[in-house]
This record gives sequence, structure tokens and C-alpha cells, in this order.
Amino acid sequence: MTLTASESPAPPLPAPPPARRGAARRAWRTVSPYAYLAPFFTLFAAFGLFPLIYTAFVSLYRVELQTPGDMEWRGLGNYTALLADEYFWLSLRNTFTIGVLSTVPQLVMALGLAHLLNYRMRGRTFLRTAVLLPYATSVAAATLVFAQLFGRDFGLINYALGLVGIDPVDWQNGTVASQIAVSTVVIWRWTGYNALIYLAGMQSIPDELYEAAAMDGASRWRQFFHVTLPGLRPTILFTVIVSTIGATQLFGEPLLLEGSISGGISHQYQTLGLYMYEQGWGFFHLGRAAAIAWVMFLLIVVLVGLNALIARRRSRKEAGR
Amino acid sequence: MTAPVATANRRPSRAGRTLHAGPVAYGILVVAVLFSAFPFYWTIVAASRSNAELAKVPPTLLPGPNLMRNFEAVLEEADIGKALLNSLIVSGSITLGTVLCCTLAGFAFAKLRFRGRGALLAVTVGTMMIPPQLGVIPLFMLIAELGWVNQLQAVILPGLVSAFGVFFMRQYLVQSLPDELIEAARVDGASTARIFWSIVVPIARPGMAVLGLLTFMAAWNDFFWPVVALTSSEPTVQVALRQLGGGYVHDQSVIMAGTLLGTLPVLLVFGLLGRQIVGGIMQGAVKG
Repeated sequence: MTLTASESPAPPLPAPPPARRGAARRAWRTVSPYAYLAPFFTLFAAFGLFPLIYTAFVSLYRVELQTPGDMEWRGLGNYTALLADEYFWLSLRNTFTIGVLSTVPQLVMALGLAHLLNYRMRGRTFLRTAVLLPYATSVAAATLVFAQLFGRDFGLINYALGLVGIDPVDWQNGTVASQIAVSTVVIWRWTGYNALIYLAGMQSIPDELYEAAAMDGASRWRQFFHVTLPGLRPTILFTVIVSTIGATQLFGEPLLLEGSISGGISHQYQTLGLYMYEQGWGFFHLGRAAAIAWVMFLLIVVLVGLNALIARRRSRKEAGR
Repeated sequence: MTAPVATANRRPSRAGRTLHAGPVAYGILVVAVLFSAFPFYWTIVAASRSNAELAKVPPTLLPGPNLMRNFEAVLEEADIGKALLNSLIVSGSITLGTVLCCTLAGFAFAKLRFRGRGALLAVTVGTMMIPPQLGVIPLFMLIAELGWVNQLQAVILPGLVSAFGVFFMRQYLVQSLPDELIEAARVDGASTARIFWSIVVPIARPGMAVLGLLTFMAAWNDFFWPVVALTSSEPTVQVALRQLGGGYVHDQSVIMAGTLLGTLPVLLVFGLLGRQIVGGIMQGAVKG
């Protein structure tokens, strides 16, 4: 930093002579922006950036919860231990299947909802607010309510299924059933939120495109596919990425479906996030948990990169047409 | 409204988006709203019944008379009163702190010139995509080192870090604060600090309000970090709910009463300011 007039203390001075005052002011003006950033960046460095980076470091050590000060070098030991643990692979697979089960229907339904919410209609503001209502609840509250609705013996959902002749489903113990139950909570909470994001994207598509399409005789259905969807592509990519990140770190829903940190008796719906918690705060292996966090991070990088790559290739193909 | 002479030639005028919703669209939306609202309704039903009534077949679908008794049970069994107070302290402090920090930083990024502006903004925005959960182990080691485990500041201070908030306020100020206004104030001899308090803050107020709402809801509902950093002796509402659902209490109607108590404050905020929250999310989406 170049301080042109470092000998003159900058602003607290009440009334310096005009010439020096100008120089001091200019000096202060080069430095003072950092004062506005300081509160945020101090906290950001201590509680945001440092832990993020330090995770990689911790993952190479043996660190136990009871004695976090004692760190013993393990090299890649935490990682090789992970690869040998069948529950790691199981939770990786569960994270993936629950991710697909929750993200795909959620985004498709959000797209449809957004399309409807974009119509001119009575009570539009009310409807938009109402579909966002689930977003106002916490993971904990939503999961506890759904855990009850999904109860095997007295749950409302099994009762409703019974009315149409379907046998009671064991939503906590069946692998597919429990993963559907976890996904349902996610879908319920986030569909309205994503619908609003799509709605915002739809409103920024210029009217002329629709007019031109209609002039060419495109039906509303075709307009949706040939004007709305292409116009929404960046928004869709954004929601896919955000949902993917959310799915990768899913934690509260599987933890609270029945309150166990193993994600069901046979770990049938344990996600990576829950597995990390179990290793770190259930079994006290913080180093191992850090390795899992790092794996989660790599997973996100790969998935987001893959998404971006597909999006770029598609738009390039389109441009080449 | 024009008469419905639906000739093919008349359709082109703004056909795509401004069409009025038909009965089918209304129907689907009503169903969607019912799906959104039903779990809330069910919480009230279950929280106002006894456990035995909940186990009946066919199930009871109307609220009962036991709400107060169940509330009392939760207050006794899970100390929800303390949890509510803690949540209020935590969410309130996080909201105030975040809005202040983010407005300051957002203003600097939007309107001040300084070295490293682009790089610092890129770092901030870049980390928005990295979930904070990934730094949770060193963060825990840090607060353990500081002796803060099970103390509220362990949840408050990390909660003040909001890259999204900085970005949100920056975008808001870039759009709503004209450079000329700042120039004029400078010519009049106002310092940057003066400009911040008497020009930027008044203009930024609507943006700050939206950021505050979103932050409050997120802080109130935050689950992972409070569960890690706090225990049942000093819980937030979400930590207390976890204990309720964790098998210590088997009374379903009591669990639902706790859920209702934990959700009410944020529902209240949502009921009063839902429109602004909807606006904020849509605004953030377009810009993000």
C-alpha cells in the first residue's frame, strides 16, 4: 500500500490546514475501504476460510474428539481406512440415490409450478407465498412431522394407502421405502423455493420471443419447450448445482427420521453427511471425519464440474446448429 | 376482458405468458398449496390430541382439546422455554451482525475503489458454492480451543459469515445507489463514513430488511452446526427438537407440540412478511 502522506495522521485530526488536509484525505481514501471490509473479512477468515482449508490438513492426522489438541500424523491413513469401510461405500451410494430421488422430482415439479404461477390469475401473490410456506420450517420440524406421517402402524400415509388397497409400507426399514421417505421431506421443503427461482427466471425472458413464437404458430406447449426452457437454462443449471450441493451434504433428514445416527438399523439411508457426523461425534474420530468432508468436497467439485461441462457442450451444440 | 372469439389468427398477441389461468391450472395450484400446508395442519392436529387418540384407526383429522397440556409437557421435558430464548438471542444477534457486516462490505465492493477489489470479491463469491459443513471439523477444534463449546457465541460468531449477504448487498447497492449521489456528497465535503450513514444506509434499508428476514429464518432453522456445538443443557430450538425426536420422549403428541412451538416464531415472521420474503428470493435468484 502506498501511503503518500504517512506522517500526517488521517481523519481524527480536527482541522488541518487545507493543503495537508487534502493529502491526508486522499491517503485515508485509499485505506478506508478496507475498514468497511474488515468486520466481514475478519470473521470470514477465522470462521469461514480457515476451517475450509484446514480440513484438508486435519484429514491427514489422527485427531480424537476428546483431545483435539493432540494430532498424530497419519498421512493418507484416514482415506485408506475409509476405502476399506463398507459403510463409507454404502453411504456414498445412499447419498447418490437419495440425491437423485429428491432432486429430480423436485426440480421437475418446481418447473411446472413456476409455469402455472406465471399465469395471470386471482390470488397470485397468495399462491406464490403459500407454495413457499414449507421453506419457513426447519429440517428438524419438517422431518419430525413427516416421520409421524410415515409411521408404519399409525401413520397417515399408510392409512391413505390402505384406502386404495395398498399394504402398509415399512417406511423406516425398507431401503427404497426409507430413502423415499427422506427424499419426500426434501422435496416438500424445497419445491416451492425452486419454483420461485424458476418464476423469476421466466419473468426475465423477453416478451418478444413469445410473440415471435406465437406468430410462427407455435402452440403454448411448444412455446414452453422452445422458448421457456432454453431461456431458463442458466437458471436451471443454477438450481441443479445448488440442489446437488444440498443433496451431497444431506444430514438432518436422515438423522431425524427415527433419531439414530447410523441412518437406520442396516445404515440403509445413512448419507455421507450423517456418516461424517457418526465418525466425528459418535465415534470421536475427527481426523477420519475430516477425510469424509474432503471426499464430500471432491464429490461436489466433480458433480458441479460435470454439470457445467454438460451445459457448455449443449449450448455449444446449439450455437453450431 | 375481450370476448372469447378464439380464431387462430387472434392468438399471437402476447400468447405465451399472459394467458389467464384456466380451471386446470387453478386446480393443480390448489392441490400444491394443500400439499404445502397439510403438514402444518397435521402438526396442529397432533399437538392438540393425546397419544392414544393419534393411534386410532381411522385417524383423527380434527384438532382436539389437549394443546395446552402438551405444551406444558414439552416445557417440562425438553426445556423448550430456554431453547426458544436461546434461539431468539442467537438468531437476533446473527441477523443484526450479518446485516451490518454485509452492508459495510457490500458498500465497499459496490462503490469504493481499492486494490484487490476484484480478487477479494471473487474469493467471497467463490466460497458461496462451498458448503460450510465442509469446514466443520476445524471449526469445532477452534471453538474447543477457545473453550466455547456449549456456549452461544460458538453459534453466533460463525453465523455472521455470509458471503451470500455481501454479494446480495453489493448487487442491491450497485443497482439502487447512483454514483452521482456519492460524488455530490464528496463535493460537499462529506467523509466516506458520513456518506455511509446518511446516504447509503437509508437507500439500502429495503435490501437490508430482506437480507435480515432471510438471515433470521436461516439462523432460526439452522440445524447441523448448533447440534455439533451445543448440548441439551444450552440448546437452540432445533437442538431441543432433535432431543425430542431422539427417543427420549415417546409421546408423539408432545413431540408435535414441541415442533409447533419451534416453528411458530418463524411462521409468524413468514405470515407477516411473506410477500417480502418471496420478493427477496426472486430478486436474489435473478441476480445470482
